[in-house]
Amino acid sequence: MTFWNDPINFIAGWLRGVFMGWGLSTGPATVITSLIGIIVMILFAMLIAIALVWVERKVVARFQDRLGPNRIGPFGIFQPFADIVKLIIKEDITPAGADKAVFNMAPVISLASVILIWAIVPLASKIYGVDINVGVLYLVAVGAFGTLSVIMAGWASNNKYALIGAFRMVATMISYEIPMVVALLIPTIIAGTMSVKGITEAQGNLWFVILSPLGLLLFMISAIAELGRSPFDLNEAESEIVAGFHIEYTGMKFGLFYAGELLHAFTFGGFMAVLFFGGYGGFFGLEKFPAFAWLSNPFIELVVFLVKALIGYWIIMWVKYSMPRIRIDHMLTFNWKFLTPLAFVLLMMTALFDKLLAPTQFYVLGMFLSNLVLAWIVLEILRKYSKRERAEHEKNAEPVVQAAHH
Amino acid sequence: MSIPLSWYMILSAALFSIGLFGVLARKNAVAILLGIELMLNAVNINLVAFWRYGTGSIAGQVFAIIVFAVAAAEVAVGLALIISVYRRRSTVIADDLDLLKW
Amino acid sequence: MTPDQIIFLLCAALIVSSALMVVITRNLVHAALWLVAALFGVAVLYGLLQAGFLALVQVVVYIGAIAILFIFAVMLTRRELRDKGPQVNQNWLISALLALLTFAGLAYILSSWDGFSRTAGVLPGGTETLMVLGKALVSPDAYVLPFEVASILLLAALVGAVFIATSSKE
Repeated sequence: MTFWNDPINFIAGWLRGVFMGWGLSTGPATVITSLIGIIVMILFAMLIAIALVWVERKVVARFQDRLGPNRIGPFGIFQPFADIVKLIIKEDITPAGADKAVFNMAPVISLASVILIWAIVPLASKIYGVDINVGVLYLVAVGAFGTLSVIMAGWASNNKYALIGAFRMVATMISYEIPMVVALLIPTIIAGTMSVKGITEAQGNLWFVILSPLGLLLFMISAIAELGRSPFDLNEAESEIVAGFHIEYTGMKFGLFYAGELLHAFTFGGFMAVLFFGGYGGFFGLEKFPAFAWLSNPFIELVVFLVKALIGYWIIMWVKYSMPRIRIDHMLTFNWKFLTPLAFVLLMMTALFDKLLAPTQFYVLGMFLSNLVLAWIVLEILRKYSKRERAEHEKNAEPVVQAAHH
Repeated sequence: MSIPLSWYMILSAALFSIGLFGVLARKNAVAILLGIELMLNAVNINLVAFWRYGTGSIAGQVFAIIVFAVAAAEVAVGLALIISVYRRRSTVIADDLDLLKW
Repeated sequence: MTPDQIIFLLCAALIVSSALMVVITRNLVHAALWLVAALFGVAVLYGLLQAGFLALVQVVVYIGAIAILFIFAVMLTRRELRDKGPQVNQNWLISALLALLTFAGLAYILSSWDGFSRTAGVLPGGTETLMVLGKALVSPDAYVLPFEVASILLLAALVGAVFIATSSKE
């Protein structure tokens, strides 16, 4: 067990040896080593959040045909540090009549609910926080904390725009939890385990995106809605209700919300990679040959995971900067009348075909074709529905034209 | 594992009594429902503790899951009733809802 | 004092103090938030009892749905923005006495049961509790009937709540 093969256990063993050399017994030494490990993991997540500020601003600039920050450091890479300094030195205003304890706790809980997810993210086969056997459910549970922080922020601000924004955001978040849970159940059924590391290991031969592309689409749509990003961001639309539930937050408290949102988007990009694109794996057995044995090094797997997570995050950003905002009632109608029935039908179909086709050799082809058939059926239904709606619309629009003629 | 079962049972009894106090002594109907939630959680702690300290039957956890479902259903219907009462009478103080009295 | 006992005592302190704040505090939104703290303490307790799945389901169902429902209901049923007046009614002394009596009675009855000081044995059902739980919930000679009845109950509650809360145009 050297550092290059097994970094976490190597460092943990060394640290424990150091502490026992100072006279502590094994129990407290292990506890202190675990605490140091937790702090290192949190630092890693926060460093990624800092880098994401730069990535986000450069990418949005390029989408909008401009350059983005390019003054501070080469290509503007020190821009996040300038942002942090600006946020820290800003005045910290608490609105009059606000509920101080709840007002101050809301950004902390919001960021905490994002960092808590990083406990189960498998960065490599030997670099991860903990491997609980209900990892997928943990993701949903931590999202519940995020919802709580939104409503705490909206209510404690003593501001009706904040409250309206918070109500809309909470309605969106709890509505879109249902398709997200179902989309999370699809890799669970195919892999046979809820543990996130187990799902990654089960994709050693074939990525789940080929077995269930509709599952990926469902997860992506509901994840973007859960994040509160465009096109589902009526909750913090600058042109409509002036930043929604975090209007009254200034300085570093707003910075916590902002960093939390970016890190949350990146984490969901990472989960798209883990659940559907093979996570840290991806060489499809190439590393079994002795010439390529170095490919199973934890650091190579870490780089593979980060690249895939960045691609997932880029897709989320791409959707954000290309699509217009959707109205709140359209958002909720879309969820309850389209996504939830589709999610349940997809779940039943996946479970059925997984059980039927598993022993045969048509597994991959059968799952892929069943997804395509379902997508085609859904598109046909939508086409008929929209044709009927358009016919009704044109029928009702005629008298207006004739009345204007005289 | 050196926690005796008695600790869990005493904690459950304490939580149940606090919930009981909340139900009996509060004026606001929503606050009464909060007390009921505490009582349901006390029962759940007891059930899961008995599963853990028992002999092999999974019944404790199954019962706890059914209690989750029942609590969620009851809170939903209870709060819907309270909101509907608020729309008609503009109050949710339990003492003021006395139209059916003699 | 083993670490398990220390964690249990901390959890129990959190749960009992949060529950007391729930039933005493005047501001109802604070009461709902103290309920969230109490429910989180109960979830940690489930984790201590090695029922990890139940701990997460507790967070998802209670904190993620029921507590949010409570906060919404509190916000939608208030005439003015501040709560004024005492939040306990005139029988609070008798209620407190009754609660204390209940606690004392329960503690006394339970302590005279001979399994009272039982310590934990091996995990019942081995380490694959999730598999055993899943099989028990859907197998015909185990608990599939209560499971299905619970889902019908949830459907009835869903339909009933939507129907009651929809304001009828009169």
